[in-house]
Amino acid sequence: MKKTAKPDQPLSLEEIAATRPAPGDVWELRLYTAGQSPRSMAAFANLKKICEEHLQGRYNIEIVDLIQHPQLAAGDQIVAIPTLVRKLPQPLRKIVGDLRDTEKALVGLQLRPAGSQEARN
Amino acid sequence: MGMPSMSTTHDKRETRSLPKAPTGIQGLDEITLGGFPRGRPTLICGSAGAGKSLLAMEFIVRGATQYNEPGVFMAFEETAEELTQNVRSLGFDLDQLVKEKKVILDFVRIERSEIDETGDYDLEGLFIRLGNAIDTIGARRVALDTIENLFSGLNNEGILRAELRRLFRWLKDKGVSAVITAERGEGALTRHGLEEYVSDCVLLLDHRVVDQVSTRRLRVVKYRGTAHGTNEYPFLIDETGFSVLPVTSLGLQHHVSNERISSGIPRLDAMLGGEGFYRGSTILISGTAGTGKTSISAAFVDAACRRGERSLYFSFEESPPQIVRNMRSIGMNLERWLDKGLLRFHSSRAMLNGLEMHLVTLHKLVEQFRPQVVVLDPVDSLIQAGNQRDAHIMLIRLIDFLKQRGITAFLTNLISGRESAESTDVAISSIVDTWIFMRDIELNAERNRALYVLKSRGTAHSNQLREFLLTEHGIDLLDVYVGPEGVLTGSSRLSQEARETAAALNRQQEAERIERERSRRQEAFEARIAAMRKEFELAETEAETSITEQTQRELALAADRQAMARSRKADSSNGSNISLKRQKAVKGVLTK
Repeated sequence: MKKTAKPDQPLSLEEIAATRPAPGDVWELRLYTAGQSPRSMAAFANLKKICEEHLQGRYNIEIVDLIQHPQLAAGDQIVAIPTLVRKLPQPLRKIVGDLRDTEKALVGLQLRPAGSQEARN
Repeated sequence: MGMPSMSTTHDKRETRSLPKAPTGIQGLDEITLGGFPRGRPTLICGSAGAGKSLLAMEFIVRGATQYNEPGVFMAFEETAEELTQNVRSLGFDLDQLVKEKKVILDFVRIERSEIDETGDYDLEGLFIRLGNAIDTIGARRVALDTIENLFSGLNNEGILRAELRRLFRWLKDKGVSAVITAERGEGALTRHGLEEYVSDCVLLLDHRVVDQVSTRRLRVVKYRGTAHGTNEYPFLIDETGFSVLPVTSLGLQHHVSNERISSGIPRLDAMLGGEGFYRGSTILISGTAGTGKTSISAAFVDAACRRGERSLYFSFEESPPQIVRNMRSIGMNLERWLDKGLLRFHSSRAMLNGLEMHLVTLHKLVEQFRPQVVVLDPVDSLIQAGNQRDAHIMLIRLIDFLKQRGITAFLTNLISGRESAESTDVAISSIVDTWIFMRDIELNAERNRALYVLKSRGTAHSNQLREFLLTEHGIDLLDVYVGPEGVLTGSSRLSQEARETAAALNRQQEAERIERERSRRQEAFEARIAAMRKEFELAETEAETSITEQTQRELALAADRQAMARSRKADSSNGSNISLKRQKAVKGVLTK
């Protein structure tokens, strides 16, 4: 039988502080792709759109093409393609798939929709 | 053109003798007739702790070390450090192999809690990792342990299945010999039905605990395109890794020797056609407790060592020093053979391990030590370690194994006094060549040992019971006394012998007495004859004397008469004639 995902541990105060990106916090994102496959292209397009909408000016996207750099796959434990890795802010998150579902992608990135975030700031 | 037809025949031959990638694991290559399918995936399934990972790892390590085939081990469960540590305890230095670029370890960890899925994906990342590893060292072998863990890390089963199917095809295209491990599922070989995708060769490992003794077993469920052993084979994981039994697919084609070897007991050799056992035969000594089974085994070993042969002694009841000490008490010095390295003991309690463990240990020691003679003392304690059927199968395999190597096997077997030996040991007896039976003979408040040869294939052998004596000078066999009172041994035999001696003495004395009587009678007879002769002679003498006297008297008378006649001047013609005759006769008697 398949294991169900472990419920997330309650976060400590520090962790909550960290996950809530402060203004000016830069998001480091890394997208693993395999060449110029349609799925990889779609993932990059979807990611670009989300970032522009919610993290304008506060993000870096690094694209790692595993076909060119296969040795980099082990570092982030990449199995599926495409995989998006949120390096910063901590903790590390991974989103597998072409990110076509924006809602799910936001949840995966633990990124609040831009409107609510700006309201609080 | 002749080319196409040639290539088809070539293809056919290719399929018939499927190329194999040897595992290098003792026994496994024999069962699979050469190893796993080369260039194709093999599925190893089994429950947790059955030894799947180890088998996969050994396939890689032995490939790299023994067959010069570099390998990639991709672990989905353990970390690289854990893996290295686990196999180091089995004598493999993974670090070194990794350093020498003969093995690549890749650890794939999928942390469910930090992964979300959205949209479409594939496992190209895994393909790239694996492909990169394979290309880096030119790997010929790949192990994926346990790839099913992907199912717990990723949600989309549809994608996973499609990708796994693609992966196995890709591995085939790459031409690597792959081993994929999978957890045993309920009612199916694997939990996620991987057997659907990997169907060239499927192995099932099993770890059972029966009667508190654990046994590991292996079965080749499927091996497309090749013959293979279909039984369940016991296997063992010990400090040198995996070993599977039997070592060979057993047959009855072993070489047969005509050489005869001594049993170490001259009288026993004499019972066996005068020359002892055949080399490479199997000898069973059955007997009740304390009948000297170990002693006779030791004598056999002693004789083998004297000939300069290596002997391996498996003892399941006594420790080596104990055997050495006990044998010293009957004048056998086994210590010197130990010192010379001709004799090796292996003692372990039969109950301590499962049958497999014993068998594998045995095989291993035989392979290492290469003895000409092997003793199992006693073989029935192995039966305690498993059930009777298992033990029987094991013994047959063991005997065939030893036979194939031309090793003379000497087994002892303890039987309980009440049972009839012939019925209890049918199982074993049918596979042994020489069966010697030892028993107690209880008589006149004492027990004595007796021995006889129940059967001995291919030799003229004595049908006689012999008394078996353990003396401080060694083992001796004596004729038992068979007389009107039955079979006598020990002091009964001695007293019977004494009685016989006494009787013989009596008879001799009687004869002497008769002889004396006879000679005495003869003497008496002769004495009587002598006496009678004397009497006769006496009478004769007397008679002659009287005749002489008579004659003289007559002569005197005649002389008187002549004188008277002369005096009377009578006519002398008649009278003088008579008297002359008379005178002559008297003279004849006297001169005689």
